[in-house]
Amino acid sequence: MLTTPALDYNLLAPILIVLGGALLGVLVEGFIGKAYRARIQIIIALIAVATAFGWVISIRTKISQVAAVDSVSIDGGGLFMQGAILALAFVALLFFTQNDHFAPQASALPGSIEEAEAIRSGLQMTEIYPLVLFAIAGMLLFPVAHDLITLFVALEVLSIPLYIITGLARRRRLLSQEAALKYFLLGAYSSAFFLFGGAFLYGFSGSLSLGVIRTTVASTGANHIFLYLGVLFISVGLLFKVGAVPFHSWTPDVYQGAPTPVTGFMAACTKVAAFGAMFRIFIVAFGAIQNDWRPLFVGVAIITMAGGAIAAIVQRDVKRTLAYSSITHAGFLLAGVIALSKAGLTSLMFYLVAYGFATIGAFGIVTLVRDSTGEVNDLNRWAGLAKKSPGVASAFALFLMSFGGIPLTAGFIAKFSIFTAAYESGNIAIVVVGVISSAIALFFYLRVVLIMFFKEPTDDTVSVAVPSFLVSAGIVICFVITLVLGVYPNLLFNLANTMTTLVP
Amino acid sequence: MDISNYLYLSVILFTIGALGVLIRRNAIVIFMCIELMLNASNLALVTFSRSNGNLDGQVASFFTMVVAACEVVVGLAIIVTIYRSRRSASVDDASLLKN
Repeated sequence: MLTTPALDYNLLAPILIVLGGALLGVLVEGFIGKAYRARIQIIIALIAVATAFGWVISIRTKISQVAAVDSVSIDGGGLFMQGAILALAFVALLFFTQNDHFAPQASALPGSIEEAEAIRSGLQMTEIYPLVLFAIAGMLLFPVAHDLITLFVALEVLSIPLYIITGLARRRRLLSQEAALKYFLLGAYSSAFFLFGGAFLYGFSGSLSLGVIRTTVASTGANHIFLYLGVLFISVGLLFKVGAVPFHSWTPDVYQGAPTPVTGFMAACTKVAAFGAMFRIFIVAFGAIQNDWRPLFVGVAIITMAGGAIAAIVQRDVKRTLAYSSITHAGFLLAGVIALSKAGLTSLMFYLVAYGFATIGAFGIVTLVRDSTGEVNDLNRWAGLAKKSPGVASAFALFLMSFGGIPLTAGFIAKFSIFTAAYESGNIAIVVVGVISSAIALFFYLRVVLIMFFKEPTDDTVSVAVPSFLVSAGIVICFVITLVLGVYPNLLFNLANTMTTLVP
Repeated sequence: MDISNYLYLSVILFTIGALGVLIRRNAIVIFMCIELMLNASNLALVTFSRSNGNLDGQVASFFTMVVAACEVVVGLAIIVTIYRSRRSASVDDASLLKN
C-alpha cells in the first residue's frame, strides 16, 4: 500500500509563501483594474517577502532537518542563505517601485505608434512583480535543494523569470532585448551542461540524492569516469551562474542591458543562491574527492579575480564597471568555497550579505542619476556629482569603498575573513592573487570617487532625481547595513557562526 | 543490444548540440541545438535508469521535458521580439552591447 509522503509544510513555508504571493499576483493581473494594479502588486510582493523572512527567522533553530522526502534540506547554511536572499530581495524590490524603469508594453515595437500610445495611456508592466516573486522562490529552493532534480528545477525557476525581466527596460529597448537574448541563450546552454552532469552523477551513483552520491563517492573512490564528467559539467553550470571567468562573458552585457533595479536584484540575490548551492554540492556530495576538483577551482578563482579587476579598469560605463567588479567578487567568493571549512562557510555567508547590500544600494543610486532621456551611465558625465548632490555621491562612495575593502565598511571585514579562511586552508596562491586584485580593483573604485568629488561638473543636463520615499528608504537601509556591519561585524558574524551546519 | 550504445549516442547528440551552439549564427538554430543537448541528457538519464534498475532517471526526464517546454515558451518569445524589432534573428547582428 502506498502512503502519502510527508512534506513538512512548516519547513517549506518560506518558499510556498513566496510562490503563493506570485500566484496571487498573476490573479491580480487578470481581475484588478489597471488603476490599482501597480499598488496592489507592490504590496503583495513586499508582504510575501517579509512574511517569508519572518518565517525563516521562526524556524531558525531547525538547523539539521530534511523535508519533502529528502529532496530539501533545511539546515543552518540553507536557512541563512534563504534569510539573506529574502532580506536582499525586500530591499531590491523597493527600487522596482519607480515605475519608469520598465517598458509600458513589452510586445510593442520600440519606437512604434503602439508604444507611444501605451506610454500616453500610462500602461505599466505590473507583471514584473509576480515574475520577481517566482525568481525569488527559485532562489530560495536552490541553496536548500538536496537532490539533483530539485536543483535543476530550482535553477530554471530562478533563471527563466530573470530572462524575461532583463528584456523589459523602458529606454534603450533594443539593448535590453539583446541582453535578454544573450542571457537566455547562454543561460539555457549552461543549464544543459548542468543537467548532463547530473545525468552522469546519476549513472555513477544510481541515485539523484546528494546524500547517496556522497556515500558512493566515499566508498568507491574517485577513479570513475562518470563521476569526473558529472563534476566537470555541474561545475560549468554553476560557475556560469555565479559569473566566474571563463564563463563570465554574459555578465557585463546583461548587467548593462537589464533595467537597473533588475540588475541590482539579480547581482545580489542570484549570487547568494548560486554560491549557497555550490557550497552544498561541493561539500556534501564531492567533499571526499576535494583533491581532484580543488585545483580546478583554484585556477578559476585566480583568473576570475585577476580578469575581472583588469577588465574593469578600461570601462567607461558605470553599469559595466559594476558588472566587472561583480566578476572580481565572484572570484573572492570562490576563495571561500575552496577553503572548504566552517570558517570558509561563515566568511562566505558574511561576504554575500555585505556585498549584496552594497550592490543593491549602488545600482539603486545609478537609477537616480539622469538627464532628460533617462539614466546617465557614462562615467565621464558623472563628473562633479558631489556638487549636485553630496548625499547621493557620498552614499555611492561608501558602497564603492565597501567593494574595495576599505576598513570601517562591511567589505573590509568580509574580504579579511574570506582571505583568512583561504589562508588557513593552505591556499596561499589565492590569497596573494586576491590581495593584488583587490589593489587593482581599488584603483578603479577610487577613480569613480575622484570623478564624482574632485572634477568640475561638465554637463549641466545631468541631474540627480529626487527619490521617492521607498527608494530613499532602500538606499538608507543599504547605507546603514554597510556601515554597521563594518563597525560591528559581530552582529552578523556570530549568527553566521551558529548557522554553518549542512545536512550530509 | 549493449546498453552502452545508448550512452554513446547521447554523448554524440550532446556534442552536436554543444558545437552547434558555438558554430551556428541563427538564434532559432542555436536554440534547437540547446534543446538537442537537453534531449541528449534525457536519453542519458533513461539509459542510466535502465542500467541502475530504478526509476529515478525516468522520472527526472519528465521534469526535464517540462522545463524544456517552459524554456521554449520564454525563449521563442524573446527571439520573436528581437526579430520584430530588427527583422533578423542572427546573433551576429545583436551587437549593440560591445565595448
